[in-house]
Amino acid sequence: MLLEIKNLFRRFGGLQAVSDVNFSVRQGMIKAVIGPNGAGKTTLFNLISGALPPSSGEIQFKGRPIQGLPPFRIARQGMARTYQNIKLYPGMSALENVMVGRHCRSRAGFLSGMLALPWTRREERAIREKCLELLNLLDIADLAEVEATSLAFGQQRAVEFARALAMEPELLLLDEPAAGLNIYETAEVARLIGKINAQGITVLLVEHDMSLVMDISQEIVVLSFGEKIAEGTPAEIQRNKEVIRIYLGEDDAEG
Amino acid sequence: MKRHLPLIFLVLAVIGVQLLTRATGAAFYLTPLTMAAYYSLVVVGLCLLMGYAGQISLGHAGFFAIGGYLSAMLTTKNLMPLKENSLIAACDRLGLLTHGQDMFGEPFLHMQPWPACGCAILATVVVAYAIGIPVLKLKGHYLAMATLGFGIIVYRLALASPLFGEADGISEVPGFPILPGLAVSGDFSARVSNYYLAWGLVAFAMWLLVNLIHSRVGRALRAIHGAEGAANAMGVDTARYKLNTFVLSAVLAAIAGIFLTHYNGGIGPSEAGITKSVRYVAIVAIGGMANLWGALTMGALLNIMSLRGMFGSYDDAVFGAILIVIMLFAPQGLLGIYLPAALKRLLRRGA
Repeated sequence: MLLEIKNLFRRFGGLQAVSDVNFSVRQGMIKAVIGPNGAGKTTLFNLISGALPPSSGEIQFKGRPIQGLPPFRIARQGMARTYQNIKLYPGMSALENVMVGRHCRSRAGFLSGMLALPWTRREERAIREKCLELLNLLDIADLAEVEATSLAFGQQRAVEFARALAMEPELLLLDEPAAGLNIYETAEVARLIGKINAQGITVLLVEHDMSLVMDISQEIVVLSFGEKIAEGTPAEIQRNKEVIRIYLGEDDAEG
Repeated sequence: MKRHLPLIFLVLAVIGVQLLTRATGAAFYLTPLTMAAYYSLVVVGLCLLMGYAGQISLGHAGFFAIGGYLSAMLTTKNLMPLKENSLIAACDRLGLLTHGQDMFGEPFLHMQPWPACGCAILATVVVAYAIGIPVLKLKGHYLAMATLGFGIIVYRLALASPLFGEADGISEVPGFPILPGLAVSGDFSARVSNYYLAWGLVAFAMWLLVNLIHSRVGRALRAIHGAEGAANAMGVDTARYKLNTFVLSAVLAAIAGIFLTHYNGGIGPSEAGITKSVRYVAIVAIGGMANLWGALTMGALLNIMSLRGMFGSYDDAVFGAILIVIMLFAPQGLLGIYLPAALKRLLRRGA
């Protein structure tokens, strides 16, 4: 198992944001976490990537516990993420943003950076080339020198994708990659996720756009009010009564 | 290579200004020019911290003072009464101390400038880490207030402690022989060499810092400035990078303090004052925050004007006013907005 989540809890004051969640992600698969707004999906991602420490429970990445580690340590072990509300670095070009993604795959430090040693300049060139390649892959190479935060929404999302890919992660966490995109752009994102996965990168995505999830994922976990209420293949999830009840809101209809 | 063009320009300007002072017989300008170089060193270090890593320090005069005061104290304090102390004796055996007689024929023993300089830098590094580790967890106003507190402590220590000469400061600090035939000192005969030494140090520091901001580390610092959480998620050890930058800029301030103290032959508590810290911040702001060359230009210009007494008794008021006006009308700095626009206009006209 690449990622294993066991009895994970996270409380915010009196609110149980994530409650006894268990699931695992196999190497090479695309897995999705779905659920209505406020189900705890983003909190779950923040727990996995280290942005938040869990209240209790265990998260294992490549067989080693990572719960409570700071995000940069988890990132260095091979986990990359994107954000639901895009977080690019303002004042830096698209290319520079992506180049930050190479941070954990390069090693020039304060001293070697200040002295501009020959090997650091070689490393810097290699970083630049690799990142230009990634921009090319995402069809935004012509925007390399444009300030990232001034780009259109869809393009910013692509830069964020490229930045995550620059880390050469084993596991890629995508937080609502289709949020705010129209159906054409969503289809494009779906194609892209497939392409990334074909390169051997395991993908775990959070999404509440059902169409995207059903098309591309092999397995789905459904969260509601912080608890896992179902897990299975897309076909199984589509037939699950509990899931249908939550999504169609039978309770509301009756009440 | 393009990034080092301003460096060549700096070297040419430094030489040009010296030739100009010689041709016009205005050699008295060399003293404020030399002092301005050291103050500019503090400013460019603070610019790295504020403009690139996005962390404010309202206590940088404190680091300047730690460097200057420690080097002054160690090179002037008579260690004769402590001669039997094993540490002092060991220093003596290593040849780190100077024996001599004062004007009354009393024997004295004090530390030589190089080891004193080493001690001062080491102490700065220790203090910067000790302050930086807890304080850099704070952000925005909170960080500003905490560093302000540090600055106040250093100022009061300098002012209250007999070891540091209380309100008088420390005087009769000897010259600092860097190389045979080249010493940091206020000797009239060494004015030209000191001018070149000071600006050579600034040019070297600029070379290091310009390299740094164009490296992997500089990119990570700008990422921290822009979105700290997202920088951490990309594998940047944000806490360590902020801390290292803080210590690096503190060391630059301390080196400036050490050199200027030996150049002036003394240091007083006003160098540790809050108004000095605010002045450094104001200069970084007017230079354009994330603009090392802007900070250097404004640092040199404003310090020379201030040292030549152009602001009269309103010296500190001028820097306060600069801070207000820049924050209101040009938060990107004077050079950040107008210079690139002017250059672009010029290029367009040329084409």
